[in-house]
Amino acid sequence: MSQEPQYPPIETAMRKALTTQLKPIFLDVSNESPMHNTPKQAESHFRVLVVSEKFNDLTLIKRHRLVNDTIKNALQEAGFEFMHALSIEAKTPKQWQPEQEPEKSPPCLGGFGK
Amino acid sequence: MPQVLASATPRWYSADTSAPPPAALDKATLDKLVRTNKVVVFMKGNPQAPRCGFSNAVVQIMRMHGVQYDAHDVLQNEALRQGIKDYTDWPTIPQVFIDGEFVGGCDILLQLHQSGDLIEELKKVGIVSELLKAEEAKDTAKK
Repeated sequence: MSQEPQYPPIETAMRKALTTQLKPIFLDVSNESPMHNTPKQAESHFRVLVVSEKFNDLTLIKRHRLVNDTIKNALQEAGFEFMHALSIEAKTPKQWQPEQEPEKSPPCLGGFGK
Repeated sequence: MPQVLASATPRWYSADTSAPPPAALDKATLDKLVRTNKVVVFMKGNPQAPRCGFSNAVVQIMRMHGVQYDAHDVLQNEALRQGIKDYTDWPTIPQVFIDGEFVGGCDILLQLHQSGDLIEELKKVGIVSELLKAEEAKDTAKK
């Protein structure tokens, strides 16, 4: 493998917070900023797939709130604003198979930056 | 682009960093706004011309179910954009309300659609989904 650049700061903070607080059995964080009209190395658009026991007794909206809040607090502590776009898939271990690919985000329609 | 009419209310421009942002809409205003129809959507752009892929996905789902709804374009109104985020404590747009209750954003709507739960949620407020009608018509035809 070629030299991997160090994780960018926002993604690093997200991964760390989600890993330590939600103890996921699977976590996928993808930076989708290049799909949008963003500068190089932008960290504005993200998609996360989190599979965690912590979601077992939570409604869909509460799972999403837990992910949102975990990320929001971590970014606040690190001195970042909340990202422009965050897509969430929050599954319980029962709802997830390892071969399952994360969903794809819809294409950008150019509203970013407005 | 539509012409912007001169207005008595001050306008803020992003270049003017010293200007305070407009005050976010208050709770009482939003309490009313989220109940102007059984389904109310806060989005970027409007249903005819969504300005964001996630807002567009919500529009497409509503279209499939044949839902009549009120849509508010947050790009036209910064006070609304901030107000609705504060109101729901939810960081992103679009935001969907059914019967005045916040349901979620694009991801949740998509999952409710895929699981079939959206049909049930709509039924609770007296909206019969077009997808359900199509399903029932098929069943009748089989019999």
